[in-house]
Amino acid sequence: MTRVFVPSDAAARSVGADAVAAVLAADPRAQVIRNGSRGLMWLEPMIEVEVAGRRIAYGPVSAADVPGLIAAGMLDEPALPQRPAAHPLRLGPADEIPYLQSQERLTFARCGIIDPLDVTDYERHDGFRGLAAALALSPAEIVERVTRSGLRGRGGAAFPTGVKWKTVLETPAPQKYVVCNADEGDSGTFSDRMLMEGDPFVLVEGMVIAGLAVGATRGFIYLRSEYPDAERMLARAIERATAAGYLGDDIRGSKRAFHLELRRGAGSYVCGEETALLESLEGKRGEVRFRPPVPAVAGLLGAPTVVNNVNTLASVPIILDRGPAYYADLGVGRSRGTVAFQLAGNVKRGGLVEKALGLTVRQLVYDYGGGTASGRPLRAVQIGGPLGAYLPEHELDTPLDYEALAAKNALLGHGGVVVFDDTVDMARMARFAMEFCAIESCGKCTPCRIGSRRGVELVDQLVKDKRAPARSVALLHELCDTMTNASLCALGGMTAYPVESALRHFPEDFGLPR
Amino acid sequence: MVGALLPALHAIQDELGYIPDAAIAQLADALNLSRAEVHGTISFYHDFRTTPPGRHVLRVCRAEACQAMGGDALAAHVQATLGCGFHETGRGEVTLEEVFCLGNCACAPAVMIDGRLHGRVTAARFDELADKELA
Repeated sequence: MTRVFVPSDAAARSVGADAVAAVLAADPRAQVIRNGSRGLMWLEPMIEVEVAGRRIAYGPVSAADVPGLIAAGMLDEPALPQRPAAHPLRLGPADEIPYLQSQERLTFARCGIIDPLDVTDYERHDGFRGLAAALALSPAEIVERVTRSGLRGRGGAAFPTGVKWKTVLETPAPQKYVVCNADEGDSGTFSDRMLMEGDPFVLVEGMVIAGLAVGATRGFIYLRSEYPDAERMLARAIERATAAGYLGDDIRGSKRAFHLELRRGAGSYVCGEETALLESLEGKRGEVRFRPPVPAVAGLLGAPTVVNNVNTLASVPIILDRGPAYYADLGVGRSRGTVAFQLAGNVKRGGLVEKALGLTVRQLVYDYGGGTASGRPLRAVQIGGPLGAYLPEHELDTPLDYEALAAKNALLGHGGVVVFDDTVDMARMARFAMEFCAIESCGKCTPCRIGSRRGVELVDQLVKDKRAPARSVALLHELCDTMTNASLCALGGMTAYPVESALRHFPEDFGLPR
Repeated sequence: MVGALLPALHAIQDELGYIPDAAIAQLADALNLSRAEVHGTISFYHDFRTTPPGRHVLRVCRAEACQAMGGDALAAHVQATLGCGFHETGRGEVTLEEVFCLGNCACAPAVMIDGRLHGRVTAARFDELADKELA
């Protein structure tokens, strides 16, 4: 039997992977394994055939292509490796595809390679080795290693993970919690989803290590409801990890406990903000809390709580396994390690690119992405989701690291990069940013709740009156300033990024002089 | 159970398709909450419905990555096809909803039909999908 890998990732399924798997399963020579996605999204569904220990990729494959692929010898190749299948969809060995080969896959080392729900397969690929290392360390030693790795929160705020953990460790309490923020709501991002569907055990492992590090025995994954596939995968992964003794009252005979529960969000973007998330987890309206206290001191039910994003927690096992220096050696300045960039929107080769921090936007968009999908000139790139700034073509040489982007009045956020061609109307995008804020505002603070509505009206006024009264522009700047400085959380506080950057770089779209 | 209200609301909606009025008092009773608290939670979240949906629920992504790939044109096509706007139920008893990001941003534009994700949805592909999935 030849092993044929067909991704069960939601993106691959969204373009026909299940139908491909069904046709292949009907051939008695094929043993179909559902893996995660490698993240080469423009090639999905990308299938891989195991030939003499290597995996030969084909893509994008539709169900209708399968008979032709089989006729071309796709399933004969394992027995006759000297006669490669002759088919235009054949991409060669998957790990030699340049897009993949040039990446630094640390957090995503196994994603797309293993069977996501097979504990043994996970173990065979270095899984649970970080946990084994952590079980031999004291809590303070685990925290110290995470601190030395330089890991910063990958959800968007980029707060040093070790510092957060240290606070929780040093805050005495009878019960502490680890909460995974899996409310990946930013447009242009899908790395959390890919990881939860393609390698859920690495998240489980990272959360157990976090629990050991801070003395928490209970954890929650707060998953957005828009990800039903990830929900199914995580639920089964938690069951299997529990059965294998990696979760429960006595983790692998260590007498240390960690229990993990999966919770579904309910379609609120602001619940990705950590204090709103905690409110939601407590069963309430997802309204942002005042701080201090920070969740590390008083989080879920008032207890000290680690709240970290999926990618952050999933980066912990390899740090514990290989040592902090292995991770910290990658990156630039204070931006250490790798980030899973996500290339999306109007781009020829969209997908996941895990690279050391410091790659430029241009390298990502052109070398990896191949420019716009439409073939038209690129006009703008939005980095960091709906609250991220728009960069024009002439600023694409900015390196993708936290500090360099901040210097350009932009931010990395969760690593999403959305490409727009020259048909984009930037006044419309600025209006959308305000509208989105109005729709998703939790309503607790006035600058966000009311400011966003006034912002929509102001952009409308500007665009309608092409003489662009200076007063409206001044008012819009002032409104952005108020929202930035007086909002309770990042939703109102960062809506100015897309609005101001659109105004600054594309004034002509608002009827203003350049 | 920590924060039982959201899981309870999801369980009811998964079963019935919406949260009937009658459930509010029962939930308030069972969880030692006021009716206002239960109502407040239901009304806060986009997901929870207080009236029954149509036979199918179609969610169209309206976020930036999908907009960059013709999402607005797709949204207009879908509305014309169903003869209804967002948050309404149109032709063939299809409830149309907007959503901000389905996490399929590299295969945009995306829609979700009854919980199943679809990518690279052009107007023509939507028509095919509609024939199969919304019939």
